[in-house]
Amino acid sequence: MLDMVMTTGVVHLTVGNLIMWLIAFFFIYLAITKNYEPLLLVPIGFGILIVNLPLTYLMQEGEGLLWKFYHYGLEWEVIPPLIFLGLGALTDFGPMIANPKTLILGAGAQFGVYVAFFGALILGFKIPEACSIGIIGGADGPTTIFTTVHLAPHLLGATAVAAYSYMSLVPIIQPPIMRLLTTEKERKIKMRQLRPVSKKEKILFPLVTVMVICLIVPASAPLMAMFMLGNLFKECGVVKRLSDAASNELMNIVTILLGISVGATMSAEHFLKPEVILVFIMGLIAFAFSTAAGILLAKFMNLFFKEKINPLIGSAGVSAVPMAARVSQVVGSKADPKNYLLMHAMGPNVAGVIGTVVAAGVFIALAG
Amino acid sequence: MSEVTAPMAGKVIDVKVNVGDTVSEDDELIILEAMKMEMPLVAPTSGTVKEIKCKKGDSVGADDVLVVIE
Repeated sequence: MLDMVMTTGVVHLTVGNLIMWLIAFFFIYLAITKNYEPLLLVPIGFGILIVNLPLTYLMQEGEGLLWKFYHYGLEWEVIPPLIFLGLGALTDFGPMIANPKTLILGAGAQFGVYVAFFGALILGFKIPEACSIGIIGGADGPTTIFTTVHLAPHLLGATAVAAYSYMSLVPIIQPPIMRLLTTEKERKIKMRQLRPVSKKEKILFPLVTVMVICLIVPASAPLMAMFMLGNLFKECGVVKRLSDAASNELMNIVTILLGISVGATMSAEHFLKPEVILVFIMGLIAFAFSTAAGILLAKFMNLFFKEKINPLIGSAGVSAVPMAARVSQVVGSKADPKNYLLMHAMGPNVAGVIGTVVAAGVFIALAG
Repeated sequence: MSEVTAPMAGKVIDVKVNVGDTVSEDDELIILEAMKMEMPLVAPTSGTVKEIKCKKGDSVGADDVLVVIE
C-alpha cells in the first residue's frame, strides 16, 4: 500500500511546486482575463504547471517529452529563428526606408541593454549571464530566448518571462517615462507625411540588410537571415503561400512549442532562486533605460536636423512591435489629437528589432 | 474650406458625422484602423461637413481626402 502511495506524485509535492502552481495559474489568469500576451502566457503557464507535477519526468534529459521540445526546439536554435521568419513576413519596413534616420533611434534604444549588462555584472552575475539579462532591454522575446539558450540556459525561464512580461506592460511602463522626458511642445511636434516607398526598395531592403549585418555581426545570422527571408517572402509578391505559411501556420505551431518549452524550464528547483528576482529587476531597468535613451536621442538629433522629430517616436525603438509604436501614437494624440505618429513610430520600432538582434549577435560573439 | 486626409493607409471602421453636420475643432469625424489600432481622425477646424468621401468598411490610402469641412 505504502509502495503504491509512493508512486503517486502527491507525496512528492514540495512547497516550491505549490508556489510554481500559483505562478502558473497567475499567468493563465493574466492571459485569459487581462489579455496579457495570451498566445505565450497560456502555453508558458501550462508548461510551468505540468513540469511542477512530481514524477512526471517531462524534463528528464533524453526521455521527457518537454525536454525533447526544449532540446530540439530551443537548444538546437530552431524555434526562435522560425519565429523570426514569421515576423519578417509580417513586418513592413516601409516607414524605416522612408525615413532612415529612424534607424539611429532603433539603435539608440538598445542603450538599456548595455546598462543592464553592466548592472548585472556589478551585482555579481557572470558575463554570459549579464548578456542574457541585458538583452531583455530590447523587449524582444525570441531574441532574448535565443541569447539566453546560447549563453546562460539556466536563466531561460526568468529572462524569457521577464522579456514577455515587459513587452506586454509596454503601455504601462513607457508613458510616464515619455511624459517625464518631453515637454508639451515637443509632444506636439508634427512630422511630415512619409514618402511612398517603391516595391523595388522593399525587395532590395532584406537582401542588402542581411548581407551588411551578417558580414559585420556573423553571430546574428540565424535570426537576421530568417527575419529577412520572411520579409523577402512578403515583399517579392510571388510566394504568397510561403509568406502566409510563415506568418500564420508555422508561426502558430512554433509559438506553441516555444511557450511550453519556456514554461517547462521553470521547475521549482530552477526558478525559485534569489537571482531570478534580480533578473526581473535588471530587466525592468534595461527596459526603462532603453525607452529613455530612444527619447533623449531623438531630442539630441533635433539639435542638428532642420526637420524635427517628435521625441515620442524614440521610445518605439524598443522592439515590441507594434505595441511601442501604438504607445507613441496614444501619448502623442493626448498632446494633440490631430497628431498621428503611428507610422512614424513604426520606423524606429522595426529598426529596434534589427538593433536588438545585432546586440544579441555581439553578445554571443564576445561571450559565447 | 479644409480637408481631412488619411494620415496613413487603413480601413474606415466608423464615420461619425453626416453631410451638413456642424462640427467643432477636435470633434471625431472618422475612426480609422491601422496596424490593428483604432485611431480617431478629428476636425482640424470648426465648420460644417460639406462632403464625406468614404464610407464604413472602405480601405483608404495615405493622403486620401476623407471629409471636407467648410
